[in-house]
Amino acid sequence: MTTHDTRPGSAGGADTPGPLHGGPDEDYTPEQLAAMSREELDILGARYDGVEILHVDPGPEPGSRMEKRAVRQVGWTFAAAGISAFLFLVVYVGSGWFLPEWAWAREGTTWSALFTPLLGLFMGLAFALAGIGLVLYTKKLLPHETAVQDKHDGSHFDRVTTGATLVGGLHNSGLARRKLLTRSLGFMGAGVGLMLLAPLGGLIKNPNKGNPLGRTSWAEGVRLVRDDGTPIRPGDQQPGSLETVFPAVPGGNRQSDAATMLIRLRPEQVNADRPREGQADFGYNDYVAYSKICTHAGCPVSLYEQETSRILCPCHQSQFDVTQGAKPVFGPATRSLPQLPLDVDDEGYFVARSDYIEAVGPTYWNRERI
Amino acid sequence: MAATATAPGAPTSRLGKAATELDDRLIVAGPVRRTLNKVFPDHWSFLLGEIALYCFIILLLSGTYLTFFFDATMIEVQYDGQYDPLRGTEMSGAYASALDLSFDVRGGLFMRQLHHWAALLFVASIVVHLLRIFFTGAFRRPRESNWLIGVVMLVLSLLMGVTGYSLPDDLLSGTGLRIISAILLSIPVIGTWAHFAIFNGDYVGEQIIGRFYIAHVLIFPAILLALIAVHLLILVKQKHTQFPGPGRTEHNVVGNRLFPTFAGKATGLMLVVFGVCTALAGLVQINPVWLWGPYNPAQVSAASQPDWYIGFLDGSTRIFPAWDINLPGDYTIPALFWPTVVVAGTMFTVLALYPMIERKVTKDTASHHLLQRPRDVPVRTSLGMMGLTFYFWLMVAGGNDVIADKFDISLNAMTWIGRIGVIVLPPIVYTITYRICLGLQQHDREVLEHGIETGVIRRLPHGEFIEVHQPLGPVDEHGHGQLAYGGAPVPKRMNHVGGARRAIRGFFSPIEQPSAVELEQRGEGRGLAAGEASRELTTSGRPSDGGRPSDGGRPQDARD
Repeated sequence: MTTHDTRPGSAGGADTPGPLHGGPDEDYTPEQLAAMSREELDILGARYDGVEILHVDPGPEPGSRMEKRAVRQVGWTFAAAGISAFLFLVVYVGSGWFLPEWAWAREGTTWSALFTPLLGLFMGLAFALAGIGLVLYTKKLLPHETAVQDKHDGSHFDRVTTGATLVGGLHNSGLARRKLLTRSLGFMGAGVGLMLLAPLGGLIKNPNKGNPLGRTSWAEGVRLVRDDGTPIRPGDQQPGSLETVFPAVPGGNRQSDAATMLIRLRPEQVNADRPREGQADFGYNDYVAYSKICTHAGCPVSLYEQETSRILCPCHQSQFDVTQGAKPVFGPATRSLPQLPLDVDDEGYFVARSDYIEAVGPTYWNRERI
Repeated sequence: MAATATAPGAPTSRLGKAATELDDRLIVAGPVRRTLNKVFPDHWSFLLGEIALYCFIILLLSGTYLTFFFDATMIEVQYDGQYDPLRGTEMSGAYASALDLSFDVRGGLFMRQLHHWAALLFVASIVVHLLRIFFTGAFRRPRESNWLIGVVMLVLSLLMGVTGYSLPDDLLSGTGLRIISAILLSIPVIGTWAHFAIFNGDYVGEQIIGRFYIAHVLIFPAILLALIAVHLLILVKQKHTQFPGPGRTEHNVVGNRLFPTFAGKATGLMLVVFGVCTALAGLVQINPVWLWGPYNPAQVSAASQPDWYIGFLDGSTRIFPAWDINLPGDYTIPALFWPTVVVAGTMFTVLALYPMIERKVTKDTASHHLLQRPRDVPVRTSLGMMGLTFYFWLMVAGGNDVIADKFDISLNAMTWIGRIGVIVLPPIVYTITYRICLGLQQHDREVLEHGIETGVIRRLPHGEFIEVHQPLGPVDEHGHGQLAYGGAPVPKRMNHVGGARRAIRGFFSPIEQPSAVELEQRGEGRGLAAGEASRELTTSGRPSDGGRPSDGGRPQDARD
């Protein structure tokens, strides 16, 4: 038994140290330590940390053929890593100096196409070779040792003494008896906590004020224009074609909820057309206009297959039938695409008769109420 | 307590003196020695988490570099950079700066692709690390807290991915943002409020890129960094788990000390991870934002796919039926709510609570430091495989349009395959996994009892043919092995027990003498060379054999 063991707290109740446990400074005088070899000191320190070296497989014998070979391998790997790193530097620094310009060009020079791949190749090689060299080093040149370290469970002694200190402090504070203090502390804590959270209120915005979700820029008399701002006459489109149109307001073609599909139906589609109830007059002759914003997740529904009259959303594959009031016929969407009521103004251009009569885009909790 | 210069053992070298000076001030010798002496178990699967850590280092460095050039603004500008096809196009400042750092910054494209590749590998290594922890039971007491932290970090890394994906404001990321907006709106009761709080109004507004940016570069990384620190501190405190094996107990760790072996290997791995990421970054193009064009709410490209780790949510959204729930009072729970918020929420909640659930069900509340082989816990393994199947099937469904296109299958058929598969496949996989686990268990017991099949058929004097078995240890009078299963791999082939001679070293030409190897093997008692030195009689191990002698271990020279 060492002096160390007799001091309370040094070892901990049930968790008695193994016989290998060394001692602190009192156990080993500087003279004793000075008399020990480096290997002995290493093992002593390891034992003190609960580590026992079970088995050491020494590395290759110094000067042996195997050692020379391993040193050659590791050395060349490191050297190759260094070469790659310098090659990276050459490509990075030299492009546009003594190497061709790296920058992208319309005609596409060979070097600008190679620049980024070469950077990756050389940096990748440099890092990978350095890593491989290091692994080879540990595997082929370092001694392989097997060590065992003790794993300690929690110490009963520590628990009991720490618990005593904690409970003692709490007891001395008298909080259990002084009810006024606990209550005022709780009140203060709640107040300060809420006070700190309150500034987050700046983020909150009322989504129901002014109905921003249910309205778009479409209104009575607003012209339907193409992306480039040109208005559209009924004769402009071929039967069976689709055109994306926007409201003729400033920035209308960048608004996230205004994009609309103007579709000219083929004669047989016109015959088969069964608009939604109460929206029979929303079209204009063989033209119908539906919102382009999917009622599922808000992607633009873009793929129109005119033989089947179906519009497909490329995000989640909802399919809408334009001859059935853009009703969803397959996929996860639940609602028809809202229809824009069409008319033609005095100059013969398409205009909207009003805004959409329902909210465009994805469904939300109180959509039906807006 | 200054070290006296005359004391024996006082350092004489310059380095030693400097170290003493340092320790006089900081008193670090003790902790440093404890750290250097810490023992790490030696198994490749313990390095999966490290890969995630090294990817995170790359992400921090490359991400910081990108912030020097990226401008998170949605103010419209006219692009006038190097990339000719888009010059003069109206676009957000964020997209313009993403183009600039790809085309006008030397090596900027390389850095951006490095950041993207490292992010993909980061999430992938976290997932694989999680699977290793799950299937070996490393999450059991006392490591539940680290499991929880790990799941939180996985969720954070997904949020990092989503916010980062949205930043360049190209057509693809804008489409992703639009879906995020729809998912927020779909939350019952608070959906529109949450959307307006995050987007500062209706979609898309002018704030969202700036807000995602600060979340992506400050808020999430700071939390992640803190959690990584706690994760590692707990790991060091609790020490590693280890697979069962000779000398390994619940109260020790067998392996290499940190210095120098483990440090060498870990640093080597870090450099290799850096190497793989940088090589991918240069050689393999990822997310060429200049091809997608600026975000336009009226445009989308076919086969829009998110990064792989969000694919499962895209898939669940694609295959979920069109089931809006209309409540009285004209309130609606949108169909979109279930496959996104509910599926993801449930998956991560169940994942996070799994250790507690298993503890409750199995009533196993003991501390465990030895790992389990997946076959020995068939229910957990099968549950895990079931969950994985569910996850991967959703991911497949997330690419159903691409599969339909490439293999010329009807898109609607693919959707139905996804719907049916996600319900039917997991239980099938559960059953199959369960049977495989039992079969493997049985085979382990079989080998322990009867020995290894040598593949050598012997004819007995009365004409019966038997296969010679090599027992693994001492046998009883019936020829049955007496070794109990200890949770460690059981050798299944003669080579596993040293049936073959050690290969002579050297790749192109031998670098050691074959005769020397032979001698060494005899000395070590390994393999057939050793067997020749001491012949002993054992049984074939077959129960019906009843202790009949056979020539275990040396099947090739017939004894009689």
